Amino acid sequence: MLIFEHSRPGRRNYSQSPLTAASANKIPENLQRKAPPLLPEVSEMDTVRHYTRLSQKNFSIDTEFYPLGSCTMKYNPRACNSLAMLPQFTARHPLAPENTGQGYLACMYDLQEILKDVTGMAGVSLTPMAGAQGELIGVMMIRAYHESRGDFARNEIIVPDAAHGTNPATAVMCGFKVVEIATDKEGNVDMAALKAAVGPKTAGLMLTNPSTLGVFEKNVSEMSRMVHQAGGLLYYDGANLNAVLGKVKPGDMGFDVIHINLHKTFSTPHGGGGPGSAPVGVAERLLPFIPVPIVAHENGAYRWITEKEKPQSIGRLSAHMGNAGVLLRAYIYVRLLGMDGMHRVAEFATLNANYLMVELRKAGFEIAYPTRRASHEFIVTLKDIKDKTGVTGMNLAKRLLDKGYHAPTTYFPMLVPECLLIEPAETESKETLDGFVVAMKEILTEIQEQPDMVKGAPHNMPLRKLDDVKAARELDLSWKPEA
Amino acid sequence: MPFIPHTEEDIAEMLASIGANTIEELFDEIPSDLISGELTGVPPGLSEMEISRLMMERANADGLYQNYIGAGAYEHHIPAAVWQITTRGEFYSSYTPYQAEASQGTLQLLYEYQTMMASLTGMDVSNASMYDGATALAEAALMAVRSHKSSRRILIPKTVHPVYRKVVRAIVSNQKIDVVELPFCAESGQVLPESLDEFYKEDFAALVIPQPNFFGVLEQVDALTDWAHSKSALAIGVVNPTALALLTPPGEWGDKGADIAVGEGQPLGIPLSSGGPYFGFMACKTKLLRQIPGRIIGRTHDLDNKPGFVLTLQAREQHIRRSKATSNICTNQGLMVTAATIYMALLGPEGLRRVAAQSHANTLELIEQLEKINGVKRTFSGPVFHEAALSLPTSAKDVLPKLSEKGVLGGLNLQEYYPDIGNALLVCATETKTPSDLQHYAELLAQSLS
Repeated sequence: MLIFEHSRPGRRNYSQSPLTAASANKIPENLQRKAPPLLPEVSEMDTVRHYTRLSQKNFSIDTEFYPLGSCTMKYNPRACNSLAMLPQFTARHPLAPENTGQGYLACMYDLQEILKDVTGMAGVSLTPMAGAQGELIGVMMIRAYHESRGDFARNEIIVPDAAHGTNPATAVMCGFKVVEIATDKEGNVDMAALKAAVGPKTAGLMLTNPSTLGVFEKNVSEMSRMVHQAGGLLYYDGANLNAVLGKVKPGDMGFDVIHINLHKTFSTPHGGGGPGSAPVGVAERLLPFIPVPIVAHENGAYRWITEKEKPQSIGRLSAHMGNAGVLLRAYIYVRLLGMDGMHRVAEFATLNANYLMVELRKAGFEIAYPTRRASHEFIVTLKDIKDKTGVTGMNLAKRLLDKGYHAPTTYFPMLVPECLLIEPAETESKETLDGFVVAMKEILTEIQEQPDMVKGAPHNMPLRKLDDVKAARELDLSWKPEA
Repeated sequence: MPFIPHTEEDIAEMLASIGANTIEELFDEIPSDLISGELTGVPPGLSEMEISRLMMERANADGLYQNYIGAGAYEHHIPAAVWQITTRGEFYSSYTPYQAEASQGTLQLLYEYQTMMASLTGMDVSNASMYDGATALAEAALMAVRSHKSSRRILIPKTVHPVYRKVVRAIVSNQKIDVVELPFCAESGQVLPESLDEFYKEDFAALVIPQPNFFGVLEQVDALTDWAHSKSALAIGVVNPTALALLTPPGEWGDKGADIAVGEGQPLGIPLSSGGPYFGFMACKTKLLRQIPGRIIGRTHDLDNKPGFVLTLQAREQHIRRSKATSNICTNQGLMVTAATIYMALLGPEGLRRVAAQSHANTLELIEQLEKINGVKRTFSGPVFHEAALSLPTSAKDVLPKLSEKGVLGGLNLQEYYPDIGNALLVCATETKTPSDLQHYAELLAQSLS
């Protein structure tokens, strides 16, 4: 039932809006709204019940194991939320003067400094509001760098075929042509393909390392040399930073610019699809182009650095400084972890992934890159199973829901057929992983004994398989009252 | 080991299963020269008690002020239920609803949100949100250029939020799209429809129309929309969602209605929080549906014909289309939209109207009181909604610190954004202010000017 179907004319919550209806009105007649908007007329209890019940129809980290590859679904500590929602923080206006925001600015400055150290970059801007926006900003800086040198010939961005869809989409949004390069049998970027692609038109290479195939690009230093020698820059997509947090710094791998998905590695909530937050880090040569505002600390006080001091900055990409409240949550998380905790993140994410990979292999699943170590994630391919039984990766994913596990990432990366990209974050216990293996084994047996049942999954969810084709053909994008 | 549950025994068993002796060994594919040392820039970990104390100290350093700054971010009362429900773990810690059967809560909520926003803006369809108001406007500009046959130019009045204009420029310039700025009338604070005459022979993909504009002034939206359409340009409305409870929605502007409506969703139940996270909203006419960026939710059926919700029209999106996507955007601001939907449901049409009406009335009252002070007068004559520019006898830069010392953030110094505007202050009084608050502010301003 939709909230609108609970609506009764004249029902409302009297105490939550002004008690008296103001009569002063100097809005010209021709600009006044004629009919009220279609909002429900419901009581507070109706609303609370309705949305509480809706919430119960979601899987979430708080309720289920959520092994989504390249999404780093780690536990979101409660303290990060409650402390970021202290009234002084939530009430602070973004344009309030600096001297009335020294506490908030101190947190932001500290976060910039910590992210610089963790990534090995020379400067950090906290302004990007999502991974995709971090990418956009990163690629804009690459363009600004080349143009500042009078180099306008570089119109290509190289992207491996295993990359997230945002990489090529971002390059195009920045006006670049995308050159896609292949992956070799071991899951590394094909060096011969890279060599052939690199040249005087190369503006940069966008790389995720470890890659979305769940393996570390061993040749990263060589790739860095190759691209730099050709005059291009190296972009680090931080989607998988959790795999190397505290182990390897992107700056040491030769990257010039990086975005850091705080909603992955730094445990800020995914929120059902945002808000994300993706600070960008830059090497020395890109410092002049970094987006504003950033926070400076001088003579015991914190202040904004704006375009006045950064005339070459690519400018502003959000109305203020990004998703401030998300940045606060990430700051609280890094302070809880501290130096020691930070080193352990990658270690235990990697331990969990390798353990789960080995256990699933023992259970009879085919691993896409069996000779490689898992990073913090790995790929199971159902190609053989599909050929023999017709059961697909998506069928298995839906059957996992029946057993109380969120599905892994399915059909990404696109180059591995029938793939499941599995990432068990460091916050999951051995028992949870063992339980997941048991469920996967059960499904394997079901695939052999009753494949049609698996193909019809899910069976135990509030709804069975939904008709995507109908959704796209007979578009119903908003509720309309019955006439 | 914060948030890592492994016991020594677990570690030993897991390593044995893998066939490794140490955790270190699992990193043996990484060239050793890349392994970094200590993270010296990260301080030692804190306990929850210690970080609570630190954050409370920092929160206290920020303090609490009585706020009269608006300028794109507005203080409204947020009912207690909004964030109590929004931060339930099932909303807070779930992912983008790719697995529809395990995400019906989020999906249905977003469908309800799309319904509410489409109606509030008077448009046919709404997407499931953008990052913020500024980037929503930039994406609307890109959308207009994609759908326009010939022009790669966007006309934006200088009465649009100055930072929005910067953000639009930063984003659209990547695609060689020109932004042409339109002057405003120094007397009324509006874009005069006649001022468009000089642009009549030029080709534009869209005209941006703010309502209310950055000065709080109401624009002549009907004439502006019709002008855009007379030139085959799209009309993009940038609107305040609270104001839409009282104002003609963009879908009804002029003869045919605006084509795209965008804006900052923050006033709908999102705290000010130093500027984010907020959310941008975007709604459009059906003819532009295939050009809209971001997530869209559709209602459909399951195998048993039970109604349910899915992400739809994904063929526009980056995870399917890669380099041919309408935008690189993937997530929206899901959790913020959760809060906004609950906010709109709790308030209902009458509640939202009262919030808007009281904010309007409070601002009128504040202007009246402040104009009694010697040398203070409204900068512009145009009608306002819940914000207004006031010209002062001295610089706002000198006045504002005196007010903040007394616990009042008196508004925004407009001269920082409009150097030629003189000693002007932008003030906003929402429904959160009482008559005695307004009087207190007027007294403080009078004192600090005397």
